[in-house]
Amino acid sequence: MADMRAPSARLPAVAPIRPEYLRDVVAGGDIGVVQKPLTLWQRLANQAWLRKAFILIAIAAAWQAYASYLNNPLLVPSFAATLEAFQAGILSGDIPQKVVNSVWLLLKGYVLGLVLAMLFTALAMLSRLGNDLLETLTSAFNPLPAIALLPLALIWFGLGDISIIFVLVHSVLWAVALNTHSGFRSVSNTLRMVGRNYGLNGPRFILKILIPAAFPSILTGLKIGWAFAWRTLIAAELVFGVSSGKGGLGWYIYENKNMLDIPAVFAGLLTVILIGLIVENLVFRNIEAATIRKWGMQS
Amino acid sequence: MNAPSGPAPLLQVQGVTLQYKTEKHLVTATYRVSFDVYAADRFVLLGPSGCGKSTLLKAVGGYMAPTEGSMRLKGLPIRGPGADRIFVFQEFDQLLPWKTVKHNVMFALEASGKMRGKAAEAHAMRYIDKVNLTKFADSYPHTLSGGMKQRVAIARALAMEADVLLMDEPFAALDALTRRKMQEELLQLWADTRFTVLFVTHSIPEAVLIGSRILLLSPHPGQVKGELNSDGQDATDPATGRCLSDRIHQMLFADRIEEQEVVRHG
Repeated sequence: MADMRAPSARLPAVAPIRPEYLRDVVAGGDIGVVQKPLTLWQRLANQAWLRKAFILIAIAAAWQAYASYLNNPLLVPSFAATLEAFQAGILSGDIPQKVVNSVWLLLKGYVLGLVLAMLFTALAMLSRLGNDLLETLTSAFNPLPAIALLPLALIWFGLGDISIIFVLVHSVLWAVALNTHSGFRSVSNTLRMVGRNYGLNGPRFILKILIPAAFPSILTGLKIGWAFAWRTLIAAELVFGVSSGKGGLGWYIYENKNMLDIPAVFAGLLTVILIGLIVENLVFRNIEAATIRKWGMQS
Repeated sequence: MNAPSGPAPLLQVQGVTLQYKTEKHLVTATYRVSFDVYAADRFVLLGPSGCGKSTLLKAVGGYMAPTEGSMRLKGLPIRGPGADRIFVFQEFDQLLPWKTVKHNVMFALEASGKMRGKAAEAHAMRYIDKVNLTKFADSYPHTLSGGMKQRVAIARALAMEADVLLMDEPFAALDALTRRKMQEELLQLWADTRFTVLFVTHSIPEAVLIGSRILLLSPHPGQVKGELNSDGQDATDPATGRCLSDRIHQMLFADRIEEQEVVRHG
């Protein structure tokens, strides 16, 4: 309490006055190590893909060990048996054919969904009513899993590609439209003013300012749309899948389950995973690297 | 206030009242502001925050229409944004992040239809060289420092060779040392190309250094308090024996001395 009443007693004396001095700085080259390469081991440990590959190998080993211990190929076939079935499926041309069928159907739905999303977004950008329409529709349909529409689609369009394309469009459209629209709306006012300053308006303004400025959101929409569409497609094919004699991967899985060829079921699942990985990690990763990461726009 | 007989003013702002709506209010930003800008002027709009100087600049840029009064560029009324008046903003995101330095400058030339292809590229490189960024012509904006980004924006604006540059506190987001350097560079560029610039700032030292003519605005709503000449040296006025920045400070803050004192001691 005493020192609170007399704080001056605790203040240090005035700092001592020291002489001034000036120095020459040593040139960088004369100071031993300024920058030195990491060791090989450190550099390897910095590679994300290498660490992930290690994890995958560990999982495969654990799988193999558990399947050998269980010894019941009807429930869990071993990793080796799955690889064998996968190889057989590839060599017989069965899996590649199913992949082509699935991906081709998916692309049709995806592209149609993108076109519709563009139309909706354009409408929303042009008028307030269009804006309200898009917001209402996205909030109504976005939470609805597309696959839930399949029974209805079957009644409307019958057993065929059109039903699947219908649910695919539904799974792509809302995710892409929602993200593109919110991307457009979050383009900074400064950038908009810059665009108009240099005489851009209408379609040229959208093409040269809005789309590139909103590209991070648009790409997110494309990725989500793709993921939704891929899951929806496999699920839809599991439900009926065969149309005019051409089944997709979902059908391949279902068919082999019925024949109790469980390693082939696993091989089908593996194919689904692989295609998902290839698209998400190769296609979209490369688009990202060539665009938003190069531009420093990744949030 | 009679204009000297000689060249006609490049930009005439007469009795301009600007109003904008917020969610709940109709705000009058400036009230009957008039001024003339002549070719090769470094015309500074100076005032405390709330004097409507940025709003005034936006109106000259064509982004908002005055509720009263007129604005003419080369005798023609201003209707909407155009490439004859080029903005330089304070925000760093005025550069297109998806284009390199060179392509940002070329974008301006091509979007406005001024030049295309090789001609635009050569022209862009000439102005990038003027702001000493030739080495960074192929860099993306996010790899540049704040000062460099502003230099790109200035190069892009200068390359347009517009009638008037509109600079809205272009150095306000920079650190003090960089700001100082940029101010000197801007003056050198002016000596080199003699552009006309309308420059908004709330910093008295910046106004005195940059401006050849300084328009003083009072706040709430913005009204003209006077126009002063500056030679950039903060010269002492023989009549009052006070330097220019002191005179400006007194004119802008005379009625707020008490507030200032409180701030200074608080």
